[in-house]
Amino acid sequence: MSGWLSALFDTLDPFCGPIGLFSWFGTGTLVACGDAGWGDEIAFGVKVTISLALATLPVGLVIGFLIALAAQSQEKMLRLAAGIYTTIFRGLPELLTLFIVYYGAQMMLQSVTAAFGYDGRIEINAFVAGMVALAVVFSSYSSEVLLSAFRAIPRGQYEAGDALGLRRWRTMILIILPQLIRIALPGLTNLWLILLKDTSYVSVIGLADIVRQTGIAARVSKEAFFFYFIACLLYLILAMISSFGLGFVERWAKRSEVAR
Amino acid sequence: MSVINELIPPRPAPAVLERPLTAAKVVGMGVLVLWAILAMGLLSMVIEGWDPAKFERYGPRYLNGLWTTISLVGISIVLGAILSLPIAFARMSKNRVLNAIAYAYVYVFRSTPLLAQLFLIYYGLGSFRPQLESVGLWWFFREAWYCGLFSLTINTAAYQAEILRGAIQSVPRGQHEGAAALGISKRITFLKVILPQALIVALRPYGNEIILMIKGSAVVAIVTVFDLMGETRYAFSRTFDYQTYLWAAIFYLSMVEALRHLWAFLERRLTRHLTR
Repeated sequence: MSGWLSALFDTLDPFCGPIGLFSWFGTGTLVACGDAGWGDEIAFGVKVTISLALATLPVGLVIGFLIALAAQSQEKMLRLAAGIYTTIFRGLPELLTLFIVYYGAQMMLQSVTAAFGYDGRIEINAFVAGMVALAVVFSSYSSEVLLSAFRAIPRGQYEAGDALGLRRWRTMILIILPQLIRIALPGLTNLWLILLKDTSYVSVIGLADIVRQTGIAARVSKEAFFFYFIACLLYLILAMISSFGLGFVERWAKRSEVAR
Repeated sequence: MSVINELIPPRPAPAVLERPLTAAKVVGMGVLVLWAILAMGLLSMVIEGWDPAKFERYGPRYLNGLWTTISLVGISIVLGAILSLPIAFARMSKNRVLNAIAYAYVYVFRSTPLLAQLFLIYYGLGSFRPQLESVGLWWFFREAWYCGLFSLTINTAAYQAEILRGAIQSVPRGQHEGAAALGISKRITFLKVILPQALIVALRPYGNEIILMIKGSAVVAIVTVFDLMGETRYAFSRTFDYQTYLWAAIFYLSMVEALRHLWAFLERRLTRHLTR
């Protein structure tokens, strides 16, 4: 099962597969696949970047949704707690948030394990640290988008849910959420593109993403301009693919809207 | 005919309903307590780890870094605003070629990370040293500070061009037509009718852009510019003291918050005539 699945992925690999970009046009150049060039290393970087962004998205969306719920709740304390969260993480540079999460979590874990009598050095996975930091930033921005989408939904929709005898969470899932997605989608699309760009920061803590892989290639081959140009090009292509794909999602979300 | 014989005696006001302890309240309290514990932990870490020697050594460096960040952002915002004018007008022109060039510029610089752009300029252009020397531009691209300034400027120019274009196009057509009906020339119409209305629309996005630039400017630390982030990294690499990052966070947060409040004030002040 997994054998033919991985074989399928190898065949469809857009960089180094049989129909890959680098294996068609890169042979004999610096971006050739295999040991001859940097093609497969860069392809790995693209994979890391995409998987980091895709792994961050659901976590950030869920946290952002909860923060948005807290920010519009009747309870003063909940609003205050949510306000502190968004103020801090929207005000800090993403790079600083990343360092704070990376080193902070490391030190916290170290002190906890030291309390249990373990004195070894603890290294945090750069992928997880990057994911947490990006999710925190993404959630604080997405909570604002979702909050304004919540405010755009009239009260009558909730009251209609009550009148139908639906429970609160059923109202939320069946009535509010479909409208919320439709209203918030343009803002969330923007945030996804920003997230895709922000993943480049994890190269600083040593995760092998596009920028880091091309950077290594640039340093070894002394062709810095060429490789960083490729890095920019790859991000550009990712952004184009995303906006193309999200265009479909937007049309799907609007399918029930009356054509005006 | 009915007559009222006796009045209903006055009654006390209904008792104030005690608000029940809802799940939301509990969660809110819990999170607030969590925040308080975190704040206390950080505060105690700062107090316990307080070292006058370190303060004397790195304090001035932080202020230097702060100044570098502020000047870098300030200069690049101004230069970016100047550079964004032709781009915005090219983007609005009817000339297909100009429009396409401006669109491509904006699209490319908005959809690639600032970090990759910075590397492309600092390390990438560094490999063209002989050519740059022959043109006499090497002194510029040799310095990390200038490279940071350059990449921040061309990056923010793309964003600001979109802000400006959006704002100018948000002014209704009727304003152009009204000015034309009054026989006002195109130039005066733009300067005295369109631009003031557009800038009010653009005020908030401009504020957001400055905040984004303050946050984005931290990346220049990676190409060895000693801005606030660079000094922080330097101090951390010397002391391995987590406090260094906390101080940077305090500086960045207060900068952003100050700017946010200033902008809210400006907006209230400049839109006085629009409130009803």
